[in-house]
Amino acid sequence: MPETLPIESVGLVTPQTLHFDEPLALQSGKVLPQYDLTYETYGELNQDASNAILICHALSGNHHAAGYHSMEEKKPGWWDSCIGPGKPIDSARFFIVSLNNLGGCHGSTGPTSINTLTGETYGPDFPVVTVKDWVVSQVRLADKLGIQKWAAIIGGSLGGMQALQWSIDYPERLGHAAVIASTPKLSAQNIAFNEVARKAITSDPAFHEGRYFDHNTIPQKGLMLARMVGHITYLSDEAMGEKFGRDMRNKAFKFGYDVEFEVESYLNYQGERFSENFDANTYLLMTRALDYFDPAKEYNGLLESALKKALCKFLVISFSTDWRFSPERSEILVNELVKAGKDVCYTEIDTPHGHDAFLIPTPRYISVFNAYMDRVAKEVC
Amino acid sequence: MRADLKIIEQWIKPNARVLDVGCGDGTLLHHLQENKQVSGYGLEISSSNITSCIEKGVNVLEQNVDKKGLSNFEDQRFDSVVMTQALQALRQPDVMLDEMLRLGKECIITFPNFAYWRTRSYLMRKGRMPISKALPYTWYNTPNIHLCTFKDFEALCYQKNIHILNRTVVDKEHQRRWFINMWPNMLGEIAIYRVTR
Repeated sequence: MPETLPIESVGLVTPQTLHFDEPLALQSGKVLPQYDLTYETYGELNQDASNAILICHALSGNHHAAGYHSMEEKKPGWWDSCIGPGKPIDSARFFIVSLNNLGGCHGSTGPTSINTLTGETYGPDFPVVTVKDWVVSQVRLADKLGIQKWAAIIGGSLGGMQALQWSIDYPERLGHAAVIASTPKLSAQNIAFNEVARKAITSDPAFHEGRYFDHNTIPQKGLMLARMVGHITYLSDEAMGEKFGRDMRNKAFKFGYDVEFEVESYLNYQGERFSENFDANTYLLMTRALDYFDPAKEYNGLLESALKKALCKFLVISFSTDWRFSPERSEILVNELVKAGKDVCYTEIDTPHGHDAFLIPTPRYISVFNAYMDRVAKEVC
Repeated sequence: MRADLKIIEQWIKPNARVLDVGCGDGTLLHHLQENKQVSGYGLEISSSNITSCIEKGVNVLEQNVDKKGLSNFEDQRFDSVVMTQALQALRQPDVMLDEMLRLGKECIITFPNFAYWRTRSYLMRKGRMPISKALPYTWYNTPNIHLCTFKDFEALCYQKNIHILNRTVVDKEHQRRWFINMWPNMLGEIAIYRVTR
């Protein structure tokens, strides 16, 4: 909890919610008759509405990307390292919009919301939404906010996939796409990890086919396991080794199965904390959205053909120890962008922090990000 | 702008697609974008150079061509492929030459001449590996692991059926001097070649 707000913070922020009455036809064929989108904004929209930046969140993210909700809040928003005055996504220059995606559990309509048709909580009946569906909902948000063209759309991991999908589906509505620690599609190994996470949740006896609220319970153990396995994939061997090594809580082995190593304790803590704040059905939905993402599919599997539609410029960043979405996966995207003749800058940041590196302000990452965003600012401000 | 880049500029057509292998801080591509409306990409490994390229609005891609080659690029996608002062530092300069000509219609290559008279005389007088302003390293820490002379390079081109379209031989300030062309392999320090298949 900050006693005073740091000067490089966007400060105190209040989430807002917009209601959408127009039904949203989803990729699955289902329709969301109406929905809410919760979002935050930082900075001021300029007169010609040209300085807007859209932030797309990753698997467990939400609209709270920067600043504090109150002086009591322990930690700032999830991307406070990169958003704020003087930071790469500079709130003194840009009008920054960060939303909670549909299917989320922090304000926007999702499995924990009430289905207005039935008066009951959606739970497992909330339709599976895809990256493509999210983009359509984000277009409507842009329309309501009076933003015809985003100066840039930026996201890490699953967020980068949304930026990429925007560039293909709504090419005239963004100037730049920043695709960070991401991939043009998941590998079998990525899907396999997601399946382990889903299995952990759905096999928890408290899951009740997703209707756990009806039983006044939550599948906390399952969600905790899902997060633990996910968390391992966000860190590198190197980062874990540096942070925990083989450190033990007690000097001697206890020759039992309770927590003995520090890394066990950390994972348990992370899992537990997450399971208290996240909805299990949302977790299932987000991992599925990841699995399904493959913008090339509509173009006979040719990513180059998909990317040919894009009109924006691209910034692609990968991190050397990211084994979830490794630099090679970003390079596949970059090669296809080059084949499609698109403007692109690509760099691989040398860092020990694994996939999570996109959240950590490594000096070289920040300087590259700053340099690129400076260019974006010069075009629109 | 560096004098060698000015010479290279003359050989690049307006609106051309250019690949600059080892593009440094992006000066050449930036200049070509501004003055000849070229489009293209620069490949670079130095982080500070990559940041400079991004600041200039140059499409820079981090790629270690010595390790990864150029196989991620398709045949004949570029009008010109440029490599300045890097050929001699590669593990397989001959393979790189083939690859560059696979990607582009023409290649523009510059490298230092190991047969320059001062270099020859250094070796002859001192009996040690030459050190100069153009070649400032000692034998054990030099990145220049495949130094050659103009004659060597031209022999390689002949052997590979590579046609030399232009050759400009300059001193270390990249200035053309009238006397250099009397005996280029002795009097020239740096050569700028334009080659094609």
